[in-house]
Amino acid sequence: MNFEYTEEQLMIRQAARDFAQRELIKDVIERDTHSIYPTEHVKVLAELGFLGMLVDPKYDGGGMDTISYVLAIEEISKVDSSVSVIMSVNNSLVCYGLENFGSEAQKEKYLKPLARGDKTGAFLLSEPEAGSDATSQRTTAEDKGDYYLLNGTKNWITSGNTAGTYLVIAQTHPEKGHKGINVLIVDRNTPGITVGPHEDKMGMRSSDTHSVMFNDVKVPRENRIGEDGFGFKFAMKTLEGGRIGIAAQAVGIAAGAFERSVKYAKERKAFGTELMNHQSVAFKLAEMAVKIENARNLCLKAAWLKDQNKPYGYASAMAKYYAAEAAMWVTTEAVQIHGGYGYVKEYHVERLMREAKLTQIYEGTSEIQKIVISRQINNDY
Amino acid sequence: MSILVYAEHRNHKFNKASYELISFGNKLAGDLNTNVFAFTTGTLAREDLKTLGNYGCNTILHFPQDVSDDEKQLSRIISDIASERNASIVLIPHSFRGRAAAPRVAIRLKASLAQAISGYPVSLKPMVVNKRAFSGKALIEETLVADISVLTLNANTFGLIENVVEPAIEVLSIDAGSAATRVIQSEVQSGKVLLSEADIVVSGGRGMRSADNWQPLEELAEVLGAATACSRPVSDEGWRPHHEHVGQTGKVVSPNLYFALGISGAIQHLAGISASKVIVAVNKDPDAPIFGAADYGIIGDLQTVLPRLTEAFRKHKSQS
Amino acid sequence: MNILVCISNVPDTTTRIKFTADNKSVDYTGVQWIINPWDELALTRAIELKEAGKANKIMVISVGNSTVEATLRKALAAGADEAIRVDAEALDSFSTASHLADAIKQYPADIILCGIESSDYNGSSVGGMLAEMLDLPSVSSVSSLEIEGGSIKITREIEGGRQQLETALPAVLVVQKGIAINPRIPSMRGIMTARTKPLKVITASAVNAESQINSYETPPQKSSCRMIDPENLDELVELLHKEARVI
Repeated sequence: MNFEYTEEQLMIRQAARDFAQRELIKDVIERDTHSIYPTEHVKVLAELGFLGMLVDPKYDGGGMDTISYVLAIEEISKVDSSVSVIMSVNNSLVCYGLENFGSEAQKEKYLKPLARGDKTGAFLLSEPEAGSDATSQRTTAEDKGDYYLLNGTKNWITSGNTAGTYLVIAQTHPEKGHKGINVLIVDRNTPGITVGPHEDKMGMRSSDTHSVMFNDVKVPRENRIGEDGFGFKFAMKTLEGGRIGIAAQAVGIAAGAFERSVKYAKERKAFGTELMNHQSVAFKLAEMAVKIENARNLCLKAAWLKDQNKPYGYASAMAKYYAAEAAMWVTTEAVQIHGGYGYVKEYHVERLMREAKLTQIYEGTSEIQKIVISRQINNDY
Repeated sequence: MSILVYAEHRNHKFNKASYELISFGNKLAGDLNTNVFAFTTGTLAREDLKTLGNYGCNTILHFPQDVSDDEKQLSRIISDIASERNASIVLIPHSFRGRAAAPRVAIRLKASLAQAISGYPVSLKPMVVNKRAFSGKALIEETLVADISVLTLNANTFGLIENVVEPAIEVLSIDAGSAATRVIQSEVQSGKVLLSEADIVVSGGRGMRSADNWQPLEELAEVLGAATACSRPVSDEGWRPHHEHVGQTGKVVSPNLYFALGISGAIQHLAGISASKVIVAVNKDPDAPIFGAADYGIIGDLQTVLPRLTEAFRKHKSQS
Repeated sequence: MNILVCISNVPDTTTRIKFTADNKSVDYTGVQWIINPWDELALTRAIELKEAGKANKIMVISVGNSTVEATLRKALAAGADEAIRVDAEALDSFSTASHLADAIKQYPADIILCGIESSDYNGSSVGGMLAEMLDLPSVSSVSSLEIEGGSIKITREIEGGRQQLETALPAVLVVQKGIAINPRIPSMRGIMTARTKPLKVITASAVNAESQINSYETPPQKSSCRMIDPENLDELVELLHKEARVI
C-alpha cells in the first residue's frame, strides 16, 4: 500500500498552499467581518485552474485526480473556507454533475465556461420546507413540451447571486414521488429569477448565500440533464462526491486551527514555561493531531475510491461525518488553548470555529451521514 | 604579501565604514608584519584622502576616474592592483557595490571569498573566519583554502582604531578599459542617516498602530542621530518605505543600539537584527517574543512611553 | 531574448535548523526543500517578461543531485520552458558557480538572472563569480528589469537611493527584493504541461571547494532582558550610557 503522494500532487498542494498563505490570508478577516465576496481571489482561482481542476481537459478543465483536489481544498480551507466552498460547489457538484451526466451539447455550452472559471455554478436543492428530506420537493418544473416552467423557492444557495449557471432540482411528476424529480440547467439571466437578500451567516461569511425564487421561469427542454425523472438520483450521486470536498474542507479548518494552536503553544508562556510544556495542552494537541490524521485519511480513501471508479458513497459519508465532527472539536479546543486571544478576530481561530459548525450541517447533515453509514452496515452485515 | 583595502566613499567623503575597514586592515598588517594600502576611485580631495592615514594606512592609491558603477571594471582594477602589489588579503566593504565586486575579484585572483564576516579572523594562517548562515539561525566557522583571501565586512562589525600616520598618495593612471554598464539616472536621498551604516536604529512595528503615529518615532531618531527602520508588516502595509524594512527578506543591520518599538519579535525580524550589539524593546505585551532577544525591555503603551523616551535622551544630550 | 535563471534548493525557511552531533554539518533529515526565495522572484520576473512578449525562452538551471529535480519541475510548472540539472555536489559558492559556468557555455542566454543570496548560506557570491567566469558584465542589487527592443533597463539599489542603468548584453543580473512582487504560483495547466517540458541532466567534472566549513553553532542567546520601569526612563538612558556604552 503506497501512502506517498506523487510529485504532481505535492505541487498542486503547494500551489494551493501558496495561494492561501500569501493571498487569501491578507484580507480574510476583513471579508469575513463585513461579508465581502472574494471577487479578485475567485478570478485568481480561475486563472490557476482550481475551479475546474477535476474536469477533463477536453472540456477546458485541469484533468487532476480527486486526491489532488482534496489536498488543494484542505490547504485553502486552512485559511478561507468561503473560498474553498465556492471551489467545492463548482467542482464537486456542478462540474461533476454536468461532466458525468450531461449531454455533449450541454457540456459544450455550460461545462466549459464553468471549468475555466469564466462563470461559477450553484447547486439548488434545499428549500425552505425541505433540507435533509430532499424527496419533498415543492419547487415544480412543469413539462410544457419544448420547455419546462419553473416555480418555487430554493434556500441556502452558495453563490446564489454570483453564479452564472444554476443546476436546479425540481418536481415534474408529483405522482411519481422522488422518481418524478428532474434536474435542469438554468441560466442566471433567465427572466423570472429573483435572488433574495444575502444571508447573514455565522461563518463562511465571504461566500454569498441567498434564497432564489423562480416565478414562471422558462427552461428549454434540452437543458434537462438525463432522462425524465433522473433528478433525484442525480442529486444523490453528485452529493456523494460533494461530501468529499466538504470533508476535505473540514480537515483544512481543523488543520488550520491546529497549526495555529501549536505555534501559539510554543510561544506563549504561563507559570514559568511555554504552554507546550504543560501536559494538559500537549495532550490536547496530540488528540487534535490524531483526529486530523484520521479525518484526512478517510478523505483520501474516499478520493482514491472515486479515482479508481469504485463505489465511494460509504467512504465519503464516513469522511464527511468524521471530519466535520473533528473540525468542531478541534476548533473549539483551539480557541480554548488561545485563551483570551482565541476570542478575538485577529487570531483567526474564532473564525475557524464558526466555519467548522457549517460542515456539520450542509451537503448532508451529520445525522444524514449516519443514516447512509448505518444503511450500508445493515446491508453488509 | 600585503593587505589591500578598497575604501569606498560617498559623495566624495569617506564614511565610518571605510575607516573601520582601514582599521581592520591595519590590524591584519600588524599581525602579519606587512603593509596595508588603500585603493580609491573617483573624485577625492587630498585632505579627504589623507584621513585614511588616521587609521594607519600609509599608502593610498587613487584612481581619479570613477569606475565604481561598472562591476566588471571595478573588480578588474582592484584585482590588477592586488596582483601588482602582491596582496594576500583584499578587504572590501559589504556595501551594495562592494559585495557585488568581491566575488569577481576573488575569481580573478583565484582567491577564497568570505562575505560579511562577523569579526576579526579566528586565525590568519590558515585564514579562518566566522560568519552567520541560515539567515542568522547559525554561526559557522570557515577555513579559506586558497593563498589569497577576499573578505567583506558590514559597517559596525569592527571598531575604529586610531593610528595616525602620514600617508603617501599615488595617483594612478591606468587604462580602465570601456564600461559595459552606464548610469542613466541617479536618485539619492541626502541628509538622512543610512540604515546600513547607522550606529543607532529606531524601528517601529505593527504596535505603532498606524502610519500617522510615526512622528514621535522620527523625533526620537532625530534626537539620537539614528536611522529609522520598520518591520515587514509595516512596509507591506505601506506605512513606511520598503528600504526601511529590516528582517530576513529585508535589510540585515548591525548597529550598536537597536530600538524595537511595537515589534513582536517574529523570527524573520530577529534574523535582521541579531547582529545588533544592544537591543531595547518597547511593547505592551509582556509575552512578546522580542523580550527574549532584547537586552533591555519596557512594558508599556508606546503612546506614553515614546515621548518620555525622547525627553529622557534629549535631557541626556543637553547635559553631556 | 532568452533568459536563464539560476536556481538553488534551500531548506524551507520555517524549519528549525539542526546540526549533527559533532556540529560539523547540518542535519537535513525531515527538511522540506524549496526554491530559494530570491531565485523564485527572479524566475517570476522572467515569466512575467515572457508573458508580456518581451522574452522568448526561459531556462532554469540548478546544481545538485536528483532531489533538486522536484524544484526544477516546479519552476517548469510556474512557466519556465526548459530545465537543466548539473549533476554535481554544490560544495560552496565557488564550486556552484564553476559548474553553472561550464553548463551555461552549452546553453547561452542573453540575460542570466541570479538571486542576490540564498537563504541557507547567505553567501551572496554565486552571481558575481559566475559573471567573472563567463567574462560577462554584471549588475547587482537589481530591483527592477524591463526589456525594450534589444536592450534592457535596470534599476539598482545603492546606499540611500537607486540608479537607472543600461548594460551591454549578454549580462548577469543579480536581483533582490523588488524585482517581482508576488512569486508566481503554478496553475493546474502549468503543472500538467510541466510533464512534457524538457529536464536535461548534464554531467560535470569535479571541482574543488575554495572554502571549508569547520563547525556550526547556534548564535548565543541573550542572557536575560533587563526590564525598565516605564515611569523611570532616565534609568535606561543611564544604563545605555554607562553600562552598555552605546550612547
